Amino acid sequence: MIHARGLARTYKTRRGDVDAVRGVDLDVETGEIVGFLGPNGAGKTTTLRMLTTLLKPTRGEATVAGADLRGDPGAVRRRIGYVAQSGSTSGEARAGEEVVDHALLYGVDRAAATARGRELFGQLELDGLWDRKASTLSGGQRRRLDIVMGLIHTPRLVFLDEPTTGLDPQARANLWTHVRDLRDERGSTVFLTTHYLDEADALCDRILVIDHGTIVAEGTPEELKQRVSGDAVVLTASTPADAARVATIAAQLPGASAPTVDGTLVEVRVPQGRTLLMGLLRSLDAESIELDGVELRRPTLDDVFLTLTGRSLRDGEQPTDTPEPDTTQDGAAA
Amino acid sequence: MTTTTSSPTTSALADEARGRSTFVRDTLTVFRRAMRISLRNPVWGVMGLLQPILYLSLFGPLLEPLAPSLGATNAYQLFVPGLLVQLGMFGALFVGFGLIGEWRDGVIEAERVSPAPRSALVLGRVLRDVLVVLVQGIVLVAVAFLFGLEAPFWGIVLGVVTAALLAASFASFSYAVALNLKSEDALAPLMNGVALPLLLLSGILLPITAASAPAWLNTLSNLNPIKHVVSGIRAQFDGDIGTPTALWGSALTIVLAAVGLWFGARTFRREDG
Repeated sequence: MIHARGLARTYKTRRGDVDAVRGVDLDVETGEIVGFLGPNGAGKTTTLRMLTTLLKPTRGEATVAGADLRGDPGAVRRRIGYVAQSGSTSGEARAGEEVVDHALLYGVDRAAATARGRELFGQLELDGLWDRKASTLSGGQRRRLDIVMGLIHTPRLVFLDEPTTGLDPQARANLWTHVRDLRDERGSTVFLTTHYLDEADALCDRILVIDHGTIVAEGTPEELKQRVSGDAVVLTASTPADAARVATIAAQLPGASAPTVDGTLVEVRVPQGRTLLMGLLRSLDAESIELDGVELRRPTLDDVFLTLTGRSLRDGEQPTDTPEPDTTQDGAAA
Repeated sequence: MTTTTSSPTTSALADEARGRSTFVRDTLTVFRRAMRISLRNPVWGVMGLLQPILYLSLFGPLLEPLAPSLGATNAYQLFVPGLLVQLGMFGALFVGFGLIGEWRDGVIEAERVSPAPRSALVLGRVLRDVLVVLVQGIVLVAVAFLFGLEAPFWGIVLGVVTAALLAASFASFSYAVALNLKSEDALAPLMNGVALPLLLLSGILLPITAASAPAWLNTLSNLNPIKHVVSGIRAQFDGDIGTPTALWGSALTIVLAAVGLWFGARTFRREDG
């Protein structure tokens, strides 16, 4: 559904060239939900804007929904839906009218657009808001309205840019359900960007990790997690003396990392925590060591990101030295 | 997708055919949407109408005793053409503010990712602005008649049409600049900086002639196309539709409208905004 090779975008600024995206290769198959994960400024939005014809790539080629991105952007536009980070409806306009007008631009006739719009309003829990001014909607409702806008012409490929940023946890969980339905019920392909690990983990079949304008890893969430050296087993001993004994025993587990001891807390990484845990507990019991607690931690995507890039994804939420060119350098780029 | 079989060339041709058939329809879609939003919030339209009426009632009477010395028998015949041009310019120069608001809401991006021709996105909005100026112009002329305007019907029609074409030019220019700057704070001084010299050098309020102005000022004003547009409408209001002054004014108006629209469409088409 998407095949990109060497897609790159360089912005010219007064301080010199900024490589927002340095050369991205990616393939997305029909019916996949693919997450594009990376900190702010990593190049997610720039890549998305290139794939959706909003930004001309400096270098590289791509086929999007079967059409050549450079040669036939019109065909790409007709076949994709795009839900931008910045929204898509005027606060001054009424929700239903925005949706119908948008569909008309795709050549959908008014009656079909209205019927489809009403149906999507129902599915996205926007019933009764058809005639409401967009500015009077809540953040979550406005975001779902954006999604209706992106889906009104029934695209086979949908791009979602940070779909849940600024939503409360319940609204996020609801939106995830709708995104899954897109694939499960309509057979759509979804390509979304996020800087939330839990979102990528819960929603995506496959994840592409982007950092500093290049893709640094890709795979299913499970595959990516397996790249991190195993699960963490955290044991709480009753005394620091016991903790030392626990560490000694834990160190003998097959494939175990050197255990770390912090007061009564002992942490050790093992390749297959689930299968080794029972044996470890039996050995400790045989030595008559009492434990106050046992915890098995599966690796998170944050661990993955830390392993791949040497920094935590959460650090990326702070302002970084690489600004998101779309928001800060528009003037210079234009 | 099944469409992978069609070569880029054939689908580009299909696009072109589709482009012609949808340009009008998409322009009307954008126009209707813009018009609907404007009608729901008519404050700006009413304000734009009020301004020339204030000029008519508060400044017009001062011109009445001056009219003979400026070579006119009827002060409003001299004054209303200027007001029409002013309406066309100022009714349209600041429409970019609304566009920046829409851009911030993501509307422009959403429209640009649709297959609608980029020029339709500008032209639809410009048509709204032109219609607003047309209605304002007709009301202005009607009120001017109450004040004592005397002018031939076709002269007045041409005058109002000229105002509308100027509005098309300036609105399109305003949208293009707004989309480049994307900041109200930058747009306001720039538009004022463009509008004020154009206005002062146009002879809208008092005609600038070799007799009434210093030579340098007259020369400078002659470089201003707006001055010739105003002179053209004044000639038309005198009933001289076919004189060089009138034709020159009409030609310049058409050129301004074409250049403005070209600039607007070009800005919307560019793929790095």
